[in-house]
Amino acid sequence: MSGKLGRLERPALQGVMVREVINFSSYWRSTTFSSTVDPTIYLLAFGFGFGSLVSEVGGFRYVEFVGTGTVATAVLFASVFPSMFGTFVKYQFQHTYDAILAAPVDTEELVTAEALWIACRAGVYGCSPLFVAIVFGLDPSLGMLAVPFVNFLAGYGWACFGITIAAFLKSIDNFGYVTSGVITPLFLVAGTFFPLEGLPEWAQIAAQANPLYHCVELVRHCVFGFEGLTDLAHVGALVVFALAAWRLAIFGMTRKLVN
Amino acid sequence: MPPTTESSAPAVRLRGVVKRYGSITAVGGLDLDVPEGTCVGLLGPNGAGKSTTMKMLTAQAIADEGEIEVLGYDLPGESKQARAECGVVPQLDNLDTTLTVEQNLVVFAHLYRVPRAQRREAVDRAIGIANLGDRRGSKVDELSGGMRRRMLIARALVHRPRLLLLDEPTVGLDPQVRQELWALIDGMRTEGTSILMSTHYIEEAERLADSVTIMSHGKAVASGRPSELITKHAGRDAVEVYGPPAKLAEAEASALEAGFRTRRTGTSVAVLGLNSANGDAPDGERRAANLEDVFVLLTGEEIS
Repeated sequence: MSGKLGRLERPALQGVMVREVINFSSYWRSTTFSSTVDPTIYLLAFGFGFGSLVSEVGGFRYVEFVGTGTVATAVLFASVFPSMFGTFVKYQFQHTYDAILAAPVDTEELVTAEALWIACRAGVYGCSPLFVAIVFGLDPSLGMLAVPFVNFLAGYGWACFGITIAAFLKSIDNFGYVTSGVITPLFLVAGTFFPLEGLPEWAQIAAQANPLYHCVELVRHCVFGFEGLTDLAHVGALVVFALAAWRLAIFGMTRKLVN
Repeated sequence: MPPTTESSAPAVRLRGVVKRYGSITAVGGLDLDVPEGTCVGLLGPNGAGKSTTMKMLTAQAIADEGEIEVLGYDLPGESKQARAECGVVPQLDNLDTTLTVEQNLVVFAHLYRVPRAQRREAVDRAIGIANLGDRRGSKVDELSGGMRRRMLIARALVHRPRLLLLDEPTVGLDPQVRQELWALIDGMRTEGTSILMSTHYIEEAERLADSVTIMSHGKAVASGRPSELITKHAGRDAVEVYGPPAKLAEAEASALEAGFRTRRTGTSVAVLGLNSANGDAPDGERRAANLEDVFVLLTGEEIS
């Protein structure tokens, strides 16, 4: 092994991801169930519950409005929860990261590989509400093919966000503050179940800082028609979120793992 | 493999290494050498700084002061290269318990960058080292404590490391299992792998280590071959005086007066530093001095 080893090397990323993929083979059923059934239930409950009261929202049939909106919910659930809990368990209880960092893998590579893997999963799981919505009458469109990529980008950001939370909280009991105080409001004020136009102005402005909102908008535009610069801005917002969360996750995990 | 121009360089070299956690100094100016191809035991009571030292060798702890060299690489800057050629057996079992024996080893063959064409063979070889040929498909959950320890060692050897770092390799295991692991570790040394092993079991250090460094309060208080350390610090023979507390106190006082060093064990007083010529040795059971005597004399700690 001559020459200096660099940063973010493929063999290191691959090694960490191979571990995840092999582990996934033993728990994919339960993960797939919770990651796809949760948002589907939201979709059906709101779609039929509200759908019977309001037939149209923002120019869409309500089922179509919610069906596209819950894609972002599915991405959020499939990325932020596995990363928060998974990271904490692997760090605190299984000491997996001690073993990985004793190998030629740096914290930066460890965090990146974990987030990439979760983002891949979220990219796929996030599409499940679309399939359900199609069954209930949403017309398939070519733009839908872009949805997994939007999901991947948003999922990467949320995965890094979850790793950051796990890196900074001292006890798994404190996760409730984050899920109730941060995730739930973000999840509700993102234009998933109702359009933001009905909210007070301050809430609309605040929603611009919610990555989930940008994901919801992008997915809708993929399905119903792209909107040029607006969508570019949404992509930009997700990229900024992903980059910031990524560096923060690396900072937090380095502080925790190397001392 | 790096150019072997430095083949005479030690596998591990520490000079004046200091590591502080807040106001606590875990390691306070440690010098340590592991000559290539030898097994060095890092012996010390709990809290002496052994585990912190081991963590610094993989850059999972960063020294505040001093120089650390592992396999000729400067740490922490070149630690990744060093880690690629090291195997680490941690004190805490961190195997993936829901995976099989084979899957665990495949994961580490990837992490340690064993080339694709050699992965299969590397995994088979590691399974052979762990002597788990008939359990390769078993989940780690289903293995006994001894099997899991063997697996941890085999996992560390999957990429044929030049240096093996063992942190308390047999802690909490029963005597048969411990001896099995000793044979395994001794086999690695015979094959030429350099080994640094932290332990607080005297017998482990005595049996496996070519040389021993005794640590106390973050510093090396003595280093050398076990036999040299014994002769130098505890003399050749010792006498164990047994009896009720009053008799022990008396024996201790008179031995100290006669210029001997003593140590209390739970049930006796050991009078140390005797040569065969000593005629004025107290009455008691005469035995050869051992590394435990040295350990207690130098660290001031009793063995539990």
